[in-house]
Amino acid sequence: MSRANLLALAFLLLLFGLWEAACQIFTIPIFILPPPSIIVMTAVFQAPLILPHAFITGMEIICGIGLALAVALPLAMGMFAWPWLEKALSPFLVASQAIPVFALAPLLVVWLGYGMAGKILMAAIIIFFPITVSLLEGFKGCDREYRVLFRLMGAGFWQTMRYLYWPWALPHFFAGLRVGVTVATIGAVIGEWVGAQKGLGYLMIQANARLKVDLVFAVILWLSLMGLLLWFGVGWLEKKSIHWKNDQQFSQ
Amino acid sequence: MLSVSSLTKAFDQQPVFSGFDLTVNRNRFAVLIGPSGCGKSTFFDVLTGVIPADEGHIRWQGDEVAHLGDLAAYMHQKDLLLPWFSLLENSLLPAKTGGEDLGKARTRATQLFARLGLAGYEAHLPHEVSGGMRQRCALVRTLMFKRDLILLDEPLSALDAITRKSLQSLLLLLQSEFDRTMLMITHDVDEALLLADDLYLLSTKPMGIVEKIVLTGDKPRRFDNPELLAMKDRIMRKLTGDIEHVPC
Repeated sequence: MSRANLLALAFLLLLFGLWEAACQIFTIPIFILPPPSIIVMTAVFQAPLILPHAFITGMEIICGIGLALAVALPLAMGMFAWPWLEKALSPFLVASQAIPVFALAPLLVVWLGYGMAGKILMAAIIIFFPITVSLLEGFKGCDREYRVLFRLMGAGFWQTMRYLYWPWALPHFFAGLRVGVTVATIGAVIGEWVGAQKGLGYLMIQANARLKVDLVFAVILWLSLMGLLLWFGVGWLEKKSIHWKNDQQFSQ
Repeated sequence: MLSVSSLTKAFDQQPVFSGFDLTVNRNRFAVLIGPSGCGKSTFFDVLTGVIPADEGHIRWQGDEVAHLGDLAAYMHQKDLLLPWFSLLENSLLPAKTGGEDLGKARTRATQLFARLGLAGYEAHLPHEVSGGMRQRCALVRTLMFKRDLILLDEPLSALDAITRKSLQSLLLLLQSEFDRTMLMITHDVDEALLLADDLYLLSTKPMGIVEKIVLTGDKPRRFDNPELLAMKDRIMRKLTGDIEHVPC
């Protein structure tokens, strides 16, 4: 383990130690602020209760990412292929980001009900924007000389996309995806808060109403773990798909 | 043979060049040299079809063509290898985009790899080999174009002395061994004098040919030749003439 990792771990342990000590010294009741030891124990021993909900939320996030990709990829490619499309759509894309997505959550419940569809859509709405924008920027960042080369090779748009633009934009795409997956959790959970019958967000609301604060924290812990897993998953995928090294001559 | 006649291009009614004529004979190394901003790059863009010409004709082997986009190969001072493809895959790109038979193309590329001393490096990624090898790989790719005309965009100007030397000899190889016709644009007098058979000095705004110099010295040339040094001096004077000939 590297020195930086060790420092981070030490800081985390110190923080939890202080928290634990504060709970003991000031005898804070568990339904106000449970100590970390109780939270971890709840997270572990209540796993049979939490896991089915975590599975639902996880599926919503994954499907949300899938849906966002299904929209973002063709959209970014289309806007890159036809600049008029970008001119026509970009004001709306930016404006769509001005709408607080949380405000849409109750509407989505009305339209799509208490099932997973609304939550998937919430997650997708939040993350499709960073992915689209970063992918488009990646395509546009391609150097002129490379374009001339492909032009002279007689390559069509799709060939150029496949051999040049797509791999060129991959690092940007992953940067966008990384931002996307971490906020996808927010989308799914908010969706569940507003109206659901399953999922970690639903479980949190239920536990909160019954003052089972330790369970609320345990759910937050599970959510954080899921977020971390997604983050590292994207990192792993990035390493797998970008096997080349960007040397000096090819620096983006 | 490439022939360009009365080619005209203007931006906002400011002519970049108007009625520009140029003929490059087969297997010649033609170099257009002019100061930065004289319109060389625009000329290049018109030739390759990136922007349309306002007027004029481009003929290749006697046939009128709209542009040279699918007739010429292109070499740049950067090797323009794609870092995500192996050296062999990079060299196969023209065959892939051209829809050629990949088996045959692979055989041909492998032969060229051996010919240029790259045998055994087919599966390497560009960042794993030296700059000289990358250039040779770019040369293989250029040869895989199967095109007789090669356009060179300031191929040597930004390189260090050693890399420059090796690329220079590769370019000459392209002309002598592989029988290609070369058209280069540059603002670098040195690279022009080292490579050119026909050297065209350009004036600025609108771009036009001021003088054609036919260089006969054997290649590869070196600057220890006094004739070449005298020539360089003369060209430098001509290109910067307006400034230096102001009487004191």
